[in-house]
This record gives sequence, structure tokens and C-alpha cells, in this order.
Amino acid sequence: MSYQKPKFRHPDLAVNELGFTKADYEGSLSTLCAGCGHDSISGSIIRACHELSIPPHKIAKLSGIGCSSKSPAYFLGKSHGFNSVHGRMPSVVTGAAMANRDLLYLGISGDGDTASIGMGQFAHVVRRNLNMVYIVMNNGCYGLTKGQDSATADEGSVSKKGDPNLFAGIDLAGLALQLGATFVARSFSGDKEQLIPLIKAAMTHRGFAIIDVISPCVTFNNNPESTKSYEFFRDHAEATGTVDFVPMREEIKTRYPAGSTHEVTMHDGSVIRLHKTSQHLDPFNRVSAMRVLDEHRIKGDILTGLIYLDKNSQELHDVMQTSQRPLNELSEDDLCPGNRLLKNINAALR
Amino acid sequence: MKPTDIKNPEYFHKVVDCQYACPAHTPVPEYIRLIAAERYTDAYMVNWQSNVFPGILGRTCDRPCEPACRRVRVEEEPVAICRLKRVAADNKGDITAFLPKIPAKKNGKRIALIGAGPASLTVARDLAPLGYSIDIYDNQFAGGGMMRSQIPSFRLPAGVLNEEVELILDMGLTVTFDTEVESLKEILDKDYDAVFVGTGAPRGRGLDLPGLKEAGDQVHLGIDWLASVAFEHTDAISKKVLVLGGGNTAMDCCRTSRRMGGEDVRVVVRSPFEDMKASPWEKEDAMHEGIPIFDNHVPKEYVVEDGKLIGMKFEKVTAEYDEKGKRSLIPTGEGWVFMEADVVLMAIGQDNAFPWIERDIGVDFGRWDMPKVDKVTFQSTNKKVFFGGDAAFGPENIITAVAHGHQAAVSIDHFCNGKSVDDRPPPFTNLVSQKMGVHEWIYDNAVADDKRYIVPLAPLEETLKDRLVEVELGFDEDTGYKEAERCLNCDVQTVFEEARCIECDACVDICPTDCITFTANGRVGTLREHLSAPAKNLDQDLYVSRILPTKRVMVKDEDVCLHCGLCAERCPTAAWDMQQFMYNVAKAGQEA
Repeated sequence: MSYQKPKFRHPDLAVNELGFTKADYEGSLSTLCAGCGHDSISGSIIRACHELSIPPHKIAKLSGIGCSSKSPAYFLGKSHGFNSVHGRMPSVVTGAAMANRDLLYLGISGDGDTASIGMGQFAHVVRRNLNMVYIVMNNGCYGLTKGQDSATADEGSVSKKGDPNLFAGIDLAGLALQLGATFVARSFSGDKEQLIPLIKAAMTHRGFAIIDVISPCVTFNNNPESTKSYEFFRDHAEATGTVDFVPMREEIKTRYPAGSTHEVTMHDGSVIRLHKTSQHLDPFNRVSAMRVLDEHRIKGDILTGLIYLDKNSQELHDVMQTSQRPLNELSEDDLCPGNRLLKNINAALR
Repeated sequence: MKPTDIKNPEYFHKVVDCQYACPAHTPVPEYIRLIAAERYTDAYMVNWQSNVFPGILGRTCDRPCEPACRRVRVEEEPVAICRLKRVAADNKGDITAFLPKIPAKKNGKRIALIGAGPASLTVARDLAPLGYSIDIYDNQFAGGGMMRSQIPSFRLPAGVLNEEVELILDMGLTVTFDTEVESLKEILDKDYDAVFVGTGAPRGRGLDLPGLKEAGDQVHLGIDWLASVAFEHTDAISKKVLVLGGGNTAMDCCRTSRRMGGEDVRVVVRSPFEDMKASPWEKEDAMHEGIPIFDNHVPKEYVVEDGKLIGMKFEKVTAEYDEKGKRSLIPTGEGWVFMEADVVLMAIGQDNAFPWIERDIGVDFGRWDMPKVDKVTFQSTNKKVFFGGDAAFGPENIITAVAHGHQAAVSIDHFCNGKSVDDRPPPFTNLVSQKMGVHEWIYDNAVADDKRYIVPLAPLEETLKDRLVEVELGFDEDTGYKEAERCLNCDVQTVFEEARCIECDACVDICPTDCITFTANGRVGTLREHLSAPAKNLDQDLYVSRILPTKRVMVKDEDVCLHCGLCAERCPTAAWDMQQFMYNVAKAGQEA
């Protein structure tokens, strides 16, 4: 068993605008089971952050409890981190984001952490459109406690234990749409080509961006009868289309036939280009997104890709008209303007 | 690309860079692991089987393995392979029980070996255990050839040399020393079943410039002078010595001069310092002993005054290279430089010389008056006569001579048994899983990031006083262990089994050096550009799987794989496994 990853790296690793290689975004060696989908998601996060040239110290990764919530130890080793109470990550992010709006908030959660114990917190952080990326590492089971069905396990899905699940699963993408999320996507841990651009788009989105990532539990839930297994997923996934993330500084050269491609300029000037393959989905229409998502679920298919994007998202800071300067940079003088000003205010109220 | 055929023994062999680069294909990582396990005797025997002279080579090898070491491609310095070999030799126990038995009853075949250097001794080592009666001839008083006459004792102590040479001479060889063979025909007339010529490249090259005649015995050929020192015919040299040449012989000449009374010893070489043929470490050793190297100086004239050599004149040049890399030395026009000297040692090259081989006995000679020798079988145009070592294709080094010896022995064995010499035995290979537990390996898979350890030297004032004092002290056991741990175990192969792969990407994510990619198949060039990290080193192969369920292939660039086993540790289905690849060149009589 290796406890350390060798220090040597490929001599020709790509360097980003900050002069960093991918290795600068790595964390410590994973202690998750070999082949865990979560590790692949960690790998995608590392690549997305590197390719976006985000300074590692400008990212805060927060999580709850569970296999998923251990993962932040395995990426972004030089970023801020907070491992919170089970299901309470959204509250901690909310507080942090209110205090310092300058960081990129990356919440890592699992199906148990989000859809069971953390459901109440999840609902409210979506509703408030907090400016964060919320990644659910969704394996449909409680891997850390030996694989019991979780709230996202589909009805009839059979885990390694062998009994079909009796209850309907919670569709987190559908739920997020219902609750007013402004960026909703679903992807698969084993498909980096789809996942990395989605993470990059979510990181550029202003507002609450959720990516529900199906991430097979190789130890307890990767038998072919499980709807969260590598095999089932690859047989039943249907992508809404492909997403290209074009950084702000790059000129857009390729043109696609009208109607099939949408370009969305994000607030930092970068562009998300969506090539639709699904004719029925309008990813900018919440009702359409909800309908298509339901249709796929009824058919027994899993819709992946970018499902919904609100181009006019107003995040929590916008809604609350908070200070442009992060609270943690405001001094006592800024916060307590003094007796003279107080007297003026009081006078105005008389 | 087509799926890689890992059944072809050369595929994994090439991954073991050091072993592949070694002319004798010594299983380097195997013996380094044994050293780390303090199994010095076993490590010695692995070497002895393959390269015959571990103690000698552990001090004197040209080390073609080291520049090939994978470590060079991920950090700066290779594993000190050569000096680890010496650790095995220095610390070994009694090896008698492991030596081949020499049959009392001979097989009735008689072989003559001419020259008792590394090539001939290797032939003897391989054939004596098979029952051959072997006669060995040499003009020196003892065996070893150039290892005795040209390599100074401060690099190779006589004790080490004698031990390994005598091990072979004691295999029941009939030894005829102090005897110059003056006719190959005479030897052939003795009705040997086969004759092996391993007479080296015994003739030093001179430089006929104005003043040579007048300088007389103040100008020596380097190898002859080294031999006369080794054989104690010479015990001193004048104070001012010029050594001409940039190879290892030049380094041995100048360092020996320093020990024989030379005070102002200089090496003068035509080429730029970087182009010198001497191994970098030998240049360092010379400079460490206070010997300056003057490069870009072309010798022009021996300066003689009153019938006595007083120095030499040189023209300063700069090296220019054309597009093909061909070098020309252009005079700088600064005028000639004079350097004082009482004596000049010429070490500018060696030639073969076969005045003793009659030209009418079926041994054909070709260009440069060299015998026509088959590159694989080492057979000459006279089917009974085989060549090896420097005698075959010109000056090389000890390890190359050993490799020749092994192959010539296979040929001689075939020839004497009526088999075709062109029928070459395949190597012995084996591939053994290193899995010991769930994530446990038999080999030590952690990658040490230690820098190369430096071999300690004896104090300069002691070594310069006495040419018999060995300069390098060798690694002690602790340092030897630490240096051994730097080895990346490149013979422990990453073996991929498509049918087990579920394409979870775990190996891709964990690989520290981004060797693994799952991608659509394509041509070599396209694939090389579209991997996780570009595969620019074209000398290193791509390992390509068959098509996987998602229609992609697994492509692994072998270039900077650390053989750390993390891909296999993170693989949930054991589609990756770490398997030790054994590759042994078949020796005479070992054919399956």
C-alpha cells in the first residue's frame, strides 16, 4: 500500500497562465477504495482549476461527511478547506461567502450528505442562489457504512447486497430545478470529456451551480443491476449535447449551424458553447428542462450534460445588495462610522 | 496503432532501459534489489552469470547503462549502477558453491583461445562447464589482457583482477602465458575444433609530426607505457608530462604520470572538452588530481633543443558543426602555443594488428585490414575461427568484449556440435506477478527522491604517493542501500489486461507522471500528441491495448513511467498488475 505519491512528474506538463502545472492543484494520496468514482471527479476538478488558471489560494473547498466529503483532501492541497458537520456544508459556505465574496466556493457533497441528512440545508442554499459550485458525488449508496441504499438509489436498483430498492429515488437535478437553481448539470465520473467543461462552466457561473455527478461505488454498488454502476450508466446515459468552455481570452473561431449551438457569455467574459443533441430541450427554459428530465427518468434513461442555465442569474450578494468589498476586509472604521454619523441618522429619524 | 504484443520478449526488455543498453544485458534492477536486501552474494552471482567480471566492471565499466537510466528522464542523475555492482562484489560471501561444476569427463572437443582478455575468458567461462578442453595463449605473464596492462591499479587493484580472472583459469584451462602467438596457421595445425581470437586492439597510434625522430625515446605510446608501468618495467617519469588525447587511456596516462613523479602533467586534446571520448567521471577524476585539460589544441610540432625534447607546439582551434553535426576544427589564428615537456605520452587511439594471421588460411580481411567477422555469430570466413572483443570490430570496452564472448561461445558450441551457428537461442524470459496482498507488492515500490550519492575517495595525498592505492573507496553498505533504493525497478512491468478494465479512470488520475490515457485509437504520430502528456521521446514505445467497450484504447507512454505500481494499486479490477520481467540472454549450452 502506498502512502505517498512519488514526487516526480512528467517533465513536459502543461503550464497555465500562472505558471502552475496540474501537479500544483493536486492533494494528498486518496484513501478511498481503488477505482472509486470520487477520485475521478477529484481528477476532473484538478484539471478544471488548472486549466482555468485559478490561483489555488482563491478557492475554498467545503464538505460534509461521507466518502464524498473526504475527497477534498485529495485535490487542491494548497486551497482553503473546511470539513463541516454532516449535511451542514451549505450553512458554512453561506457564512464564508457572506464574509468573503472574493473566493471561489466549491462545495463537495454526497447523496447521503445532500439528499438525506442535509436535505433541509440543500433546499435553502439552492433557494438563495448562493454563488457557489455544488458537486454531488452521487453513488446511490452509503459507502462509508457498507453500502445501504441511499435516498438517490433508484426504485428497483439492486446493490451488491442483492435486494431491490423499494423506494423511488430523489432526482437531485430535478429537485434543484424545482427549487430555483440557476445552473443545473448532470455528469458521470468516468466521462472527463463531459465533466471538465461542465465544472469550468459551473465555476464561471454567478449563482448556485449544481453538478449531480453519478460516481459508481466500486465496492458496494457497481454490479450490473445497479443503476449507478459503470455498466448501467454507459448503457443508459443520454447527453443533452456537448459543452465547450471557451476562456475569455480565446477568440471563437469555429462556427456551428444555427439552431443547434448556443453561446452564452458568462460574467467574466468567457463563453459556454452548447451543442445540443436533444431537440426537445431548451436549456434556458426551466419548464422545458424539467419536462425533458422527467421524460428521460420515466424511460429509465439518465439525462446528462448541461440541463438548465439561467442567463440572468442574480446571486445572493446581488439580491441582498451587500458591500462590494468583502466583509473581512472592512475595518472597524468602515463598520462603525462614529458618533457624528449616528447623531445625523438619529436626527433624521426625529 | 495495433495492440502491443507484450509476448514479444523485446518489448518489455526495452522498457528496462539499463538492461537493454548493457551489451551483455545484465539484469540490473534484479541485482540492485538483491543489494538492497543485503543479499550481496546473490547479487554478485546475477552479475557473474551475465558479465563475468562484476568486481572489475564495478570499478572500470564504461557504464552504457547509466545514461540510459530512466532516472535521467525524471530527475538529473542516473542510479550509480556501476558502483552498486562494486558493493555486491565487495560484500559478497563465499561463492564456491554457486560456481558451475567442471566435468571431469571432457566432451572431446578442443578449443584454442588466443589472448587472455575479457572476451577469451568469457568464452572459457561459458564452454569449460560444458566439457570443452580449452587451451589459452597470451603474451603477458598472467591473464586479464588489457584489464591488466592498461587499467592502472589505482582504479583496479590487482587483487580484484586476479580473483575474477583466476576463477576462470581454474576451470581446468591449459594456460600458455608469456608466449606470443606468431602464426594462426600453427594453431590451426594443432587440430583444434575451433579457435577464438581475442587479442584486442594492441597497437597504439602515434603522431608523426616534425621533431618526432629527434625526440626519440621522450615520446611514448600511451598503452605501451601503461603496460610497462603495470609490469614494473617503468618506475618513474620526468616532471613535465604532456598527454595527448581525450579518451580514457589519456586519463589513465595522466593520472599514472602524477603517481610516477610527474608534477606538471597536462592533457592536451584537439576537440572541445565536451566532445572528448573519455567518460565524464574519468575527466573529473583527472582534474581532481590537479591535472588541467587543454582542449581545442591541435598538436603541430615536437620542439627539440640540443637533441632533447623540450616541449610541443599546438595550434588553437574552435570547433564548428555543420547541419549534419559534422565537426570541423577551424584555427583561431592566434598563433601557435608552446608547452614545455620532458616527455610526451600519445593516447590518441588504438588500432588492431594481425601480422600473425596468415592471409591464405581462409580468414578474409576487409576494409582497414580488419577480418571479416559476422556481427551476430562472430564467425570469420574460416568457419573454425571466431573473433570477439576489440579484435572483432575495433576498440570498444570490457562489457562489449564480454557480450561478444558469450555469443561467440554459443556459436562455437553450435559449430562443434554440427548445429547451424545462425540458429540463435532465444532469451529466457519470465513474467511474474508481484502481488502479495490487496495493495502489497513483493518489490519495494515507493519511489525514493534522494539525489545520487557520491562515492567517497581516498585522500589525494595518499593516492598520489602510490600508484597501487585505490582511489575510490566504494559505497559502504548503508550508502549502497540508499543508492539501491533510487532504482525505479523498471523490470517490474505494468501489465494491462483489457478484459478486466471497467474504464473508471483511476489509473489515469493517480499516475504521477501522466503516462496513461484512454482515447480513440489513431496513428502513432497523432496518438503521441494527444495523450495526457505529449509523448515526445520517440525512442520509447507506446503500450496500446485492444479496443475497450467504450471504443477507446488504453495508451501508455513508457517514457517516464516510475514503475511505482500506483496504477495497479488504484485499479479496482486488477486490470493492471505489476509483473517482474526476467530476461536472460541464453548462454552456450543453456538452450531450452
